[in-house]
Amino acid sequence: MTLHKLPGQLFGLFLGLVWLLIAGIPFYFMVITGFKGRFELFSGGSVFSFPENPSFENYNDVLTGGTFFQYLGNSVLIVSVSVILILVLSSMASYVFARIPFRFSNVLFGLIIAGLVIPLHVTLIPVYLLTREIGLYDSLWALLGPYVAFNLPLSIFILTEFMRQIPVELEEAARIDGSGPMRTFAQVILPLSTPGLATLAIYNAVILWNEFVFAFVLILSPEYRPLPLAIWEYQGEYSMNIPAIMAVLSLSTLPLIMIYIIGQERVVKGIMAGALK
Amino acid sequence: MATQIIPKRKAAAPRKWFTWDEYTLTIILFLLPSLLLMAVFVVYPILSSFHLSLFEWNGIDPVRTPVGLANWERLLQDDIFWRAFRNNLTVVALSIMFQMPMGMLLAIMMERGGRRFIFRVFKTVYFFPMLMSSVSIGILFKYIYDPSFGIINETLEAIGLEGQSWLGETNLALFAVVAVICWQYTPFYMILFLASLNSVSEDLRDAARIDGAREFQYYWYVALPLVRGTVRTAIILSLIGSLKYFDLIWVMTEGGPNNASELMATYMYKKAFPSFDMGYGSAVASALFIIVMILALSAFYFSRRLETEV
Repeated sequence: MTLHKLPGQLFGLFLGLVWLLIAGIPFYFMVITGFKGRFELFSGGSVFSFPENPSFENYNDVLTGGTFFQYLGNSVLIVSVSVILILVLSSMASYVFARIPFRFSNVLFGLIIAGLVIPLHVTLIPVYLLTREIGLYDSLWALLGPYVAFNLPLSIFILTEFMRQIPVELEEAARIDGSGPMRTFAQVILPLSTPGLATLAIYNAVILWNEFVFAFVLILSPEYRPLPLAIWEYQGEYSMNIPAIMAVLSLSTLPLIMIYIIGQERVVKGIMAGALK
Repeated sequence: MATQIIPKRKAAAPRKWFTWDEYTLTIILFLLPSLLLMAVFVVYPILSSFHLSLFEWNGIDPVRTPVGLANWERLLQDDIFWRAFRNNLTVVALSIMFQMPMGMLLAIMMERGGRRFIFRVFKTVYFFPMLMSSVSIGILFKYIYDPSFGIINETLEAIGLEGQSWLGETNLALFAVVAVICWQYTPFYMILFLASLNSVSEDLRDAARIDGAREFQYYWYVALPLVRGTVRTAIILSLIGSLKYFDLIWVMTEGGPNNASELMATYMYKKAFPSFDMGYGSAVASALFIIVMILALSAFYFSRRLETEV
């Protein structure tokens, strides 16, 4: 490090620390408050202070309250089914766009990509009416159609780009051995697309794990609610029991934080998939 | 097809092996499910929104009353809708004005820091907000802004300033929410910019250094012009995202107080669902669609010259 660079380095470090505080303090507040007693916040102590008697009571209350695991289960179920469907459908469509030239290929691809810009709120009323009409209203499966349809455009876009990078020679070899397009897709293209599929699985899972609007409009009964909607409901239920709400927030964020800590690079790549290409 | 033992590379152009039936079948079978789903849940709802905007309907009655363009006339004179529109534009402007420079500064800082330990800690923690749902973030910040038990007021009072009812004041609520949006998304743009700065060739940095450029000059004159394509992408993403905002606002303020933080999406929801005014709600939704499309397309169009390969 030469001398004239020092002020810049110090400024960089200072900026880094400031943003570390800005980004970190809300999480610190969330986690420590979750361990506080119900009335500790009201007793005049600092909100930053450590809990007087750290306890898992709030966590215990939330976890044994009976409903948390149900919400968690709902979320896991709808997110995994949706992600699998998204991956299957988008890889099939992407294969066609990447590899089989046909007349309206570009037009159809362009139309699908236009779906990226569409604000989903525009579709809320008709989707709600449609869901009521086909009898799925107020069930977990009401979410499946919108969840899959709205995440197809980006997944198709990314996978098509990905499949175009796969060397054509491999498919030619398969074709010469007498393999048709469907078998080539299943046995050559799909295995080679695994890294792209993994990125997309993470991207879609995070988006859907946190989805709120469709769940809010399409589901009425508590027993079918996925987690984000349930968190919103807990807030009303525990109204002034701030430590309990913070425990709920910590618990619902925990799965993603764990996955993040295990596979940091991959998760970052997954979440940024929408922008980084 | 006859078995060929020795593959003739490149000899077979796509057309040659185009056995019509099977390829056509694949095209149809592989595209149909995706196209069908998007037609039902994306295309049809958009058209249906426009159609429903011509009726007065509570969503339950079997009878819809056609009212022509009455809902659209009402929309044009609806002060709350235009207020929501202006609020949306404020969110767009403030988001871009804060997140882009801050994201870029942090990205440059991270690039200079490299893989040193403290910078790895920075990167890990910075990314946390991206892992939380907007609902959780909204609830968390509701308590952070809380006038009596929140972090913000306690900090302000500790340094002798007066606390505020951040989400309860009409002139503060929108800005309080925008601050949370910036907290949530600045790291996203930081990562985006960092990846793009990293892709600038080291040779250029060396060349700049040999020519006597300082760090700041390297970034200003060499790196930034090269990554302007990414900045363009970021601005468009931020623009479209800000126009669609719903979750965070809904959880924190429900558009209040007194519509001070109302956005087009929250207003649309309020009209359609709690008020069961499906016709007018659809008009608001259709207007939202038109506005987003116009702004997104103009953003694409007017920023064309910024496009780069990075």
